[in-house]
Parts: sequence; C-alpha cells; structure tokens
Amino acid sequence: MATASLETRENRRAWGFVTPALLWTVAFFVIPFIVMAAMSLATRKGREIVMAWNFDNYIEFFEKAHLLKGLFVSLEITFTVTIISVILAYPLAWIIAERVPQKWQRMALIMAILPFWTSYVVRSYSWLLVLAQNGVINNTLVYLGVISEPLELASTRSATVIGFVHFFVMLLTLTIYANLVQMPPNYRRAAADLGANGFQVFWHVVLPLTLPGIMVGAFLTFVLCIGDYITPQILGGNNELALPQVIMLQLGRRADFPMAATLSIILMVVVTLAYIACARWLKMERT
Amino acid sequence: MISSRLSKLASWSYLIALYGFIFLPVAVLVLFSFQDGRLPVPPFNGATLKWYGEVFSDSRLMSALTNSLMVAIGSATVACVLGFCAAYGLARFVLPASRLQRGLLIAPMTVSYLIIALGLLTTFNWLGVSLSLWTVGIGHVVINLPLCFAIIYASMGDHQKNIERAARDLGAAEWQVMTQVSAPMLMPSILAAFFLSVTFSWDEFIIAFLLSRFDVTLPVEIWSMLRSGLNPKTNAVGSVVFLVSVALLLILELIVFRRTAKK
Repeated sequence: MATASLETRENRRAWGFVTPALLWTVAFFVIPFIVMAAMSLATRKGREIVMAWNFDNYIEFFEKAHLLKGLFVSLEITFTVTIISVILAYPLAWIIAERVPQKWQRMALIMAILPFWTSYVVRSYSWLLVLAQNGVINNTLVYLGVISEPLELASTRSATVIGFVHFFVMLLTLTIYANLVQMPPNYRRAAADLGANGFQVFWHVVLPLTLPGIMVGAFLTFVLCIGDYITPQILGGNNELALPQVIMLQLGRRADFPMAATLSIILMVVVTLAYIACARWLKMERT
Repeated sequence: MISSRLSKLASWSYLIALYGFIFLPVAVLVLFSFQDGRLPVPPFNGATLKWYGEVFSDSRLMSALTNSLMVAIGSATVACVLGFCAAYGLARFVLPASRLQRGLLIAPMTVSYLIIALGLLTTFNWLGVSLSLWTVGIGHVVINLPLCFAIIYASMGDHQKNIERAARDLGAAEWQVMTQVSAPMLMPSILAAFFLSVTFSWDEFIIAFLLSRFDVTLPVEIWSMLRSGLNPKTNAVGSVVFLVSVALLLILELIVFRRTAKK
C-alpha cells in the first residue's frame, strides 16, 4: 500500500513536469490544426466566411487546373531537388570522411555548412545577385565573350532548383557524413578480402549501410522543400507557382482562408505520405 | 599508381568545385555589400562602408533587429524551460502513454512552418486575438519546443539517474534535484538547444510574416526591402545577419561542444 501511494505521488509530480509542454503543444499546435481543418470545410461568401461543413473546397482543388498545378509543380521541384542534392552531397561527404586528414575533418564540415546559417531570405537574395540578368554569371559570361546576350536565369524553375540544391547539399553532406564515419572500416576490409572490387564494396556494403543517413536527409529535404515559400517566390518568380505560393496567394489578394486551409491540409497529407514511405528509416527513439 | 593519383586529383577538384558552389552566393553577398555604387553586381567599383552606415542609421531596420533579438531570446527561453521539464518528467518517471506523449511533443517538427503559421493565424483570427510580436513568439515556441525536448531528452542518460537518486536520498526536494543536480549536469545540451532555438527563431520568416502586423522581425523587414530590387544596402544587412548567426554558432562550438569534448 505504501509503495502504491508513493507511486501515485511520484506520478502526480511527473505530470507536473510534463503538463506545461503538453498544454502548449495542444493549445498552439493541435487546436490550431483542428481549427484549420474545420476552416477547410467552410466557404467564402463575398467577404464573409460561412461554415458549410462540406468538401467543396477539396472538389474545387481537383477541378481547378491552376490549384492542382501548384501541387504538381511543387512535387516536381521537390523530387528534382532531392535527387540532385543527394547525388552532389554523397561524394562530398565521402571525400571529407575518407580523403581529408582526420584533424581537418571537423573544420571541413563546419566550412561546408557555414552558409547554411545565412538568413533564409538573404540566401535566396544572394542567388538572385548571382543569377540576375546583370548578375555575376551573366556579367562574367558576357565579359568573357561566351555569350552576347544575357541568359534568362532568374525567375525560372532552374533558379528555384539551384537555390534549393545549395541549401540541401549542405544539410545532406552533414547527415551522410555522420553515417559514413560511424561505419566500422572492418566491413569494407572484409568485403575486399572476400574478393569484391571497389565498386562492389561500395554498392553492396557502403551504400546499404549509409542508406539510413541518406533517407533521413532526403526526408528532411522533402519536408522543408515542399513547404517552402521563400525560395520559389524570390528565385522562381511568378511564372509558375509552387503550392506554398498558391497558398499565400489565397491569403493575400483574396483573403480566402477556407481555400488556404484546404491547400495546407493537402500539403500536409503529401508530407505524411512521404513520412510513411520513409518511416522504416526514421526512428526517433532515445538511444 | 596513375589511377590512384587520378582519383585523388578528381576528389580534390570535386571538393573545391562544391565548396565554390556553396560559398559563391555568400561571397558575392559580402563582397558587394562594400560596393561603391548603386548596384550590387559586377563590376566591383571599389570599397566603401557607406551601406553599413545606412543600415545602422535606418531606424526601421534597427527596431526590427531589436524585435528579432527579443523574440528569439524570449521564445528560446520558454521552449528550453518547457522542453527541459517535459524531458525530465518523461525520462525520469514512468508515465502512462509516454510514447504517445513523446510523439505529441515531437509532432510539430514534421509539419511545415507554413502550416503551423496558417493554423495559428486562423485560430487567432477566430478568437479575435490581434497580431503582435507576442503571437510571433508563441509560434516560435511551437517550432522550437520539439527541438529542445528532443535534444535534452536524448542526453538524459541513466548514469545521471543515479546521481539524482543520491541527491534525493540525501533529502533534496524534487525541484532542488532538478535545478541543482540535473540542470547543471545537462547544461551542455540545454545550451545547445537554447542557441539552436535562438538561431532558428532569428532566421525564421513565414511564421513571423503571417503572425505579425506593425512590429516586425528582421527577416520580414528584409523581405520588404527586396521589393526595391537589387540594392547594396540589402547586401549589407544580409552580411550583418550572417555575421550574427556565425557568431552565435561560434559561441555554441566554443562553449558547448568543447566542454563536452573535454568530458
């Protein structure tokens, strides 16, 4: 009996520690989410928002080409960015882990992710300086006589992809590097002793072992990329809109909260599907 | 022999090429913040500190900078305290549905900032709460709390549990154990969580943009500067922001990680 009452007292005390954080999360994350989900079932009549409790907004999303296109543009950009970033980051992480002398590795890594910490808005603006019509690339190429007319680099999808890839190469280098250095060198030695050549060692041993790191990084890339408004807005311009840009458009010019909420829910469903696809590699447990 | 030298050469060229790609925009940003002219693009006309002078005499930018610092430090503090308490409760006591609780606390991490911002905006509108730096701060706690919780929770090992038990046996009350035993032991990870939260909040745009009205934070102010196109003043303020972030990181590296490395 004594132990039982001690346990309940302990439990009550434990709840005291956990409750504030839980309350905060419920009040400012769960409830807003429910409110937003309810909002997606409302309709806008003139300037007023009426609770209709139907799925008209979702039907409208699939019927109206400009809304649906936002999702496809976002998905295309996100997949392109994720694949290019992994392909660029893997060799970089590998070179830092294998070729750079041990004592310089930490420094090399810090250097590789330093521009990560420029402000998000400023980073996209910096790429504008590089890609603009009178920017660094065009200026240099014209000066060298490679081209006579400046290229149209800014306000294109390529500009958005470049801006994103720049950011995510840094992120992925970090996660892949962490995986590469964790791998015991004996595995590779054993494979080589058993007669595998360099490529076979990489393909059958190194790559499968670093796959979790790649997947964690790729998932982060996917989530951050598909929900980002800044990069497509600054670098991609208004020629084709990504989903977050479409969402912001609903808020800004039209004050159409129900449609913005609907699009957000759809965005969230997409992210959840990506999470389910990667779930087996993403374990957020205490080690 | 030749092939190994060739692969070495290839490695180093690749390394240099990628570092070039990574540093290109930052180098351009900083270089042309000193541009003596009206356009921050080549050719470079010569160095001047004029644009930095303009940044520091711009009262809107300076108040945005103060706002950003206040929101960042305030929200990081709240997130750290809430995260630490929750981590303490969940790592040290056996609670029902603790998996679910952990999942709930981590959940905001997997949701886009845009969605969190929109949810809060819809709710604040509905409740008639007017937007201010406070609402921005609330949003930033939502995104930083999972981070603080995860970092601190991950560092609560079982070896510290025994020290806490010893303190309890010696008659320390629970809050004394927490503030005088656990918190100092976990200081490196608490500081890491704090400084990371400060940098995230300092940098965050979309929540600050949607949840503020008259007083804005620095990224939002910079955003409105972008409407005037390419401008060396924007380069200058961008360079300042970069410098602050790097300084914060340096502090983190020197104080926190060095200390943990020594232990």
